[in-house]
Amino acid sequence: MDYDLSLVLPFLIKKADEILELSTEHVLVVLISLVIASIIGVGTGLLVWEKPVARSAAVATAGVILTIPSMALLTILIPIMGLGWASTVFALSIYSLLPIVRNTVVGLREVDPAVIESARGMGMSKVAVLMKIQFPIAWPVILTGLRVAAQLSVGIAAIAAYVAGPGMGAYIFKGLSMLGAANALNFALTGTVVIVIIALSFDAVFILINRLTTSRGIRV
Amino acid sequence: MSKATSGASIELTNVTKSYPNQPQSAVENFSMSINPGELIMLVGPSGCGKTTTMKMINRIIEPTSGSIKIDGEDILSLDQNILRRRIGYVIQQIGLFPHMTIAENVSVVPKLLGWDKAQIASRVEELLSLVELDPSKFANRYPKQLSGGQQQRVGVARALAADPPVMLMDEPFGATDPITREKLQDEFLRLQATIGKTIVFVTHDFDEAIKLGDRIAVLSERSQIEQFDTPANILANPASDYVSSFIGEGAALKRLALIPISSAKLSSTSATGPSVEISENLREALDHIVLNGGAPVPVTDAKGKSLGSISVKEISSALGADVSSLGIKKGK
Repeated sequence: MDYDLSLVLPFLIKKADEILELSTEHVLVVLISLVIASIIGVGTGLLVWEKPVARSAAVATAGVILTIPSMALLTILIPIMGLGWASTVFALSIYSLLPIVRNTVVGLREVDPAVIESARGMGMSKVAVLMKIQFPIAWPVILTGLRVAAQLSVGIAAIAAYVAGPGMGAYIFKGLSMLGAANALNFALTGTVVIVIIALSFDAVFILINRLTTSRGIRV
Repeated sequence: MSKATSGASIELTNVTKSYPNQPQSAVENFSMSINPGELIMLVGPSGCGKTTTMKMINRIIEPTSGSIKIDGEDILSLDQNILRRRIGYVIQQIGLFPHMTIAENVSVVPKLLGWDKAQIASRVEELLSLVELDPSKFANRYPKQLSGGQQQRVGVARALAADPPVMLMDEPFGATDPITREKLQDEFLRLQATIGKTIVFVTHDFDEAIKLGDRIAVLSERSQIEQFDTPANILANPASDYVSSFIGEGAALKRLALIPISSAKLSSTSATGPSVEISENLREALDHIVLNGGAPVPVTDAKGKSLGSISVKEISSALGADVSSLGIKKGK
């Protein structure tokens, strides 16, 4: 198939407002889901890290959730939560749980037992040791979990357009549905490229957050 | 040597620790009474329960039965965290908090105790100087920027932060190289001479026990006390074959290192060769004699004034003397 490159620029100019709106939505839906997933995921990690049964159950559950194909999950959610934002946020949040829960648990468990023992031996309570010693030391690992979750969500959010969810996925589906038409490829490619740019931007932001919030003493 | 004593007495009575599913207790009926300001060494092979015994004093490990009192107060009825803030704790792996600066590490317990900022800052400065780390240079560094020996000093400073009457030390110098270890030990002795804490110090190194301890408890399985006495007395009269085997080769030489030349009877005959100072120990004197072809060597005071000479004969007779008079140790 011939692809007329000279048509790309006029397409982008004509659609600029819409592209901006959809990408803002895309970023927003990922951010909202990430905040929800962080609260649930990190909270769960803090509660279960030391309890073998609960820990395995939490990580396994989060793992099973991630194996549900996104298209299937979104379809199931339509009758419950309807089309649009609610279903998308819900799906992205639960998909994000695995990297967040797992990294929180791993990070907290990886803290040198000698460090924990000396903290306890100095008269810090268990909660104080967890929040003031373990959590800050585990922070870079936990943050990596959030970063992976963000990447995952940016990708899956594209599929959410299928249930009329927000974001750039709309362009990809539009392009697919009008295959053969003049602008089909422009829609699909624009959607894809913008999503890649969003993903890279999230990554850059996480690198920056890591620099700013990790103690110099444990920075690699 | 006058010692400041800010330590507390510790009294362990019939302390036992047994774990479920284990036929033998880890520690069985351990009783010991420790005087304020005393440095007690618990020595024994690995797995003998010495560390378990020590860790019951700050209840990192809870005793199954028995009683532990610090200055007469039953510590098993105290809140664990309150108790631990009054006991300094140093472990072999040091366990500095990697995300905190040296100053922050040292100020953890004072912060828990609610000291005000100015008080904490001046205490941190004082402690870092005490362990010979320049505060202006080290306070804002992170643990990973320090050598092993420097980290261990911070570990000691951190344990001393709130001026606890009791210190527990679990092989604190075990992970350092021999040269650093010896330096840390010397510094530690000097430090203890000024702070006079009651210290329970666990080690598997008998030479370290001799060097540091006021009294040594040689432990065998289940933390049974084979002998509990001063280093000089244990070296002179090991209570059993077990203790002898723990002392190892060269007991006489080890004893010599504990006896200052001043407690030997010097010969008035003059001698030639490299002189030794009277404040040195008999092992040093013997060392000089060996290097002098076996002939007696002159002994001088600190100013170099001759006090007489010493030969192998005087050294031997010092060893044969009543050991109780050799109880004075660590001539320096």
